Amino acid sequence: MKLDARIPAGPLAEKWTRFKANVRLVSPANKRKYEVIVVGTGLAGASAAASLAELGYQVKSFCFQDSPRRAHSIAAQGGINAAKNYQNDGDSVRRLFQDTIKGGDFRSREANVHRLAEVSVNIIDQCVAQGVPFAREYGGMLANRSFGGAQVSRTFYARGATGQQLLLGAYQALSRQIGLGKVTMMPRHEMLDLVVEEGQAKGIVTRHLVTGELKTHAADAVLLCTGGYGNAYYLSTYARGSNVTATWRAHRRGALFSNPCFTQIHPTCIPVTGEYQSKLTLMSESLRNDGRCWVPKAKGEQRAAVAIPEGERDYFLERLYPSYGNLAPRDIASRAAKRVCDEGRGVGPTGLGVYLDFSEAIGRLGESTVRERYANLFAMYHEITGESAYESPMRIFPAVHYTMGGLWVDYHLMSNVPGLFVLGEANFSDHGANRLGASALMQGLADGYFVLPYTIGDYLSQQKPRGEKTDGPAFQEAMGATQARTKKLLGVNGRKPVSEFHRKLGKTLWDTCGMSRTKKGLEEGLAILGGLREEFWKDVKVPGSGADLNQSLEKAGRVADFLELGELMCRDALEREESCGCHFREEHQTPDGECARKDAEHSYVSAWEFKGEGKPEVRHTEPLSFEELALATRSYK
Amino acid sequence: MKLHLRVWRQASRQSEGSFVTYEADGLTPNMSFLEMLDVVNDRLTKEGQEPIAFEHDCREGICGSCAMAINGEPHGPNAGATTCQVYLRSFRDGQTLTVEPWRAKAFPVIKDLVADRSAFDRIIQSGGFVSVGTGQAPDANAIPIGKGIAEKAFDAAHCIGCGACVAACRNSSAMLFVAAKVSHLGLLPQGQTERKQRVQKMVAAMDAEGFGNCSNQYACEAVCPKQISVEMIARMNRDYASAVVDQI
Repeated sequence: MKLDARIPAGPLAEKWTRFKANVRLVSPANKRKYEVIVVGTGLAGASAAASLAELGYQVKSFCFQDSPRRAHSIAAQGGINAAKNYQNDGDSVRRLFQDTIKGGDFRSREANVHRLAEVSVNIIDQCVAQGVPFAREYGGMLANRSFGGAQVSRTFYARGATGQQLLLGAYQALSRQIGLGKVTMMPRHEMLDLVVEEGQAKGIVTRHLVTGELKTHAADAVLLCTGGYGNAYYLSTYARGSNVTATWRAHRRGALFSNPCFTQIHPTCIPVTGEYQSKLTLMSESLRNDGRCWVPKAKGEQRAAVAIPEGERDYFLERLYPSYGNLAPRDIASRAAKRVCDEGRGVGPTGLGVYLDFSEAIGRLGESTVRERYANLFAMYHEITGESAYESPMRIFPAVHYTMGGLWVDYHLMSNVPGLFVLGEANFSDHGANRLGASALMQGLADGYFVLPYTIGDYLSQQKPRGEKTDGPAFQEAMGATQARTKKLLGVNGRKPVSEFHRKLGKTLWDTCGMSRTKKGLEEGLAILGGLREEFWKDVKVPGSGADLNQSLEKAGRVADFLELGELMCRDALEREESCGCHFREEHQTPDGECARKDAEHSYVSAWEFKGEGKPEVRHTEPLSFEELALATRSYK
Repeated sequence: MKLHLRVWRQASRQSEGSFVTYEADGLTPNMSFLEMLDVVNDRLTKEGQEPIAFEHDCREGICGSCAMAINGEPHGPNAGATTCQVYLRSFRDGQTLTVEPWRAKAFPVIKDLVADRSAFDRIIQSGGFVSVGTGQAPDANAIPIGKGIAEKAFDAAHCIGCGACVAACRNSSAMLFVAAKVSHLGLLPQGQTERKQRVQKMVAAMDAEGFGNCSNQYACEAVCPKQISVEMIARMNRDYASAVVDQI
């Protein structure tokens, strides 16, 4: 299979402008004849649904939550990047582009990333106009802070709740269109299958989570804005409901899955405390503007943090990466934390933790300034741990936070299945092998507000509106398959609750396909997961029926898909015989323990094709060529 | 650690509900309240019973999904926290906890601890926005906003739409929720053009949903996980009065 990314010709900086000038359009009078399904109401989904409705398309929007406002974009804390250069510190579109490509360890597409950097400035304008209360200076101008992997201050923020404010902006824009009757909103609906009619995406199958009703919906295009799959690891910073089902079902219908092993492990999360734990909580990267990471120099240190003298502390990020210090990118900071813990210098009851210390900042700025910057994060930390970070350092440890992998898309954000578009974290996206902090919000909104509304017209202009009929064979087949699967889940009637399988899946992936990977470990992981999947279908217990609100059934369907995905993650990690960004294969490292990339063999995007039940997936590749930036070894030293 | 639970069980919107007693054993103080419910649910599943339905998603206090009253207090005993941010160290070993869904006419119970809060979405749809289409915005710094105003607008905008204010109110009033959005947008220059029509539309939508009126008890402020001040209600009342006077 040849993957054509449909990147426009011309110099990099002019591609998007040229594309917009030449793209095929749908006339205003014809737009209302086209139906578009948007699944998911996070930053990408809500912004796309609102923008498409404003243009005049008929939009149906779906989310599994009780309200579109609850999508997990809401939990993003730290900020959103944009190349505004309001700080006069040398930022530019070019520099944001370069930082993002380098941050992703040269495993993303130049043209997509440049476009992302270009539209970043429009996002801030749009959000401010909607009333997003970004932080301000006393003169009334927008404030910025720094994030990992950048040497400029380009991150816009709203205290520690930037994602919430941006999402509410998009939710309000969406609500306005719902009120105007331009968007039909269907909350508490979970997409369970994609309908592919004559090779094109033409609809979806949903389950109404309260009544249990299964239903098909037809459209001229389907947008998946369903987020990432980090919950495959069970413990993560994701919301409990975040799942891979929409994209995985689309994958089983022919959409290629790219770079599934590229998963971001965020360095600063509150450590695990016990077996029962259901989720891990992030402590925003913005804390590393003022917090310093350290562990004791000596192994087995027993003294409390404040009792350890300065000279016996190892500020390991500042020591290892002096030019970026505590703001080294996430993959690098996480691995460094893992390394010092592996050496036996970790802190806390489990030894899996490092300190994030604010005492120097409190001394320099005063407690009130630190409070003003981070009060809600310190409060969250206190609620969870019962400890005050004003008095002693936080204890943090890396945790699964984001997935760079996702469905393959071209420059138009269209998958290899015509009519199926994928936005935000759900696509394999612009972040390569590692996403920089504050870039997820940027990408979600770029895709939804400023990219997809242009590219979708190019596709729809070539389609005849198909109408709402859902009686064709493709719809019936998808409906039948969904009914059968629901019945099968309810019918196993084994002994174990879904969570037991999910925990075991998560532990296996964390141990074998986490921060550090080996051929042997991944092969062992694959063997465990194969057995676990078999056991799931023999021994899972899903009480209740399919005819009402059944949260066990919802979880079971999602975990069944995670089990299949988990195997693909391991296979992808196994076949990428190099280290890059988040993907650290122990066999491929430099003498000082950094990633050893192999550009000659592995400068590509992997794209896996589902070949049918029980058959091995086939890997295709899209080669990456770097025309503007020379492939260089990433250094933050 | 051990807890005795009295949990509201209700099969569907139509059926009658009742309290059912469960013993939760082998707990630790560092467990969250919802993790304790997870443990109870896994046990119920193994015993072949239907687990307790409850809403939750982010489990870090921002999505607004979790919504239950613990011993009559919306979101439990901790100030400024959602249910998911309550840890068992807030309770005594052996304590009895009564767990209920939000109780309000405009929030009908769907199942067990799950209530339908879609009325909030409809109120926002009636006018809780700035009418600006994608692509119409001027440069972000073309609209200077004083730091104090921006901070105050954030305080209002921080509402997570959980509905605790309604659940705590003896009149099941949604005034704090509506006032938070009216104030967030009414404080900012971007929201001025539609300020008067916004407040009127939102108040009309709130009344149509069957929420009660405000009688200044301030229970809403006391339980709000984001500690939104009742000053917002005063601000909304002023805006509403001024909008009505304008029409005379």
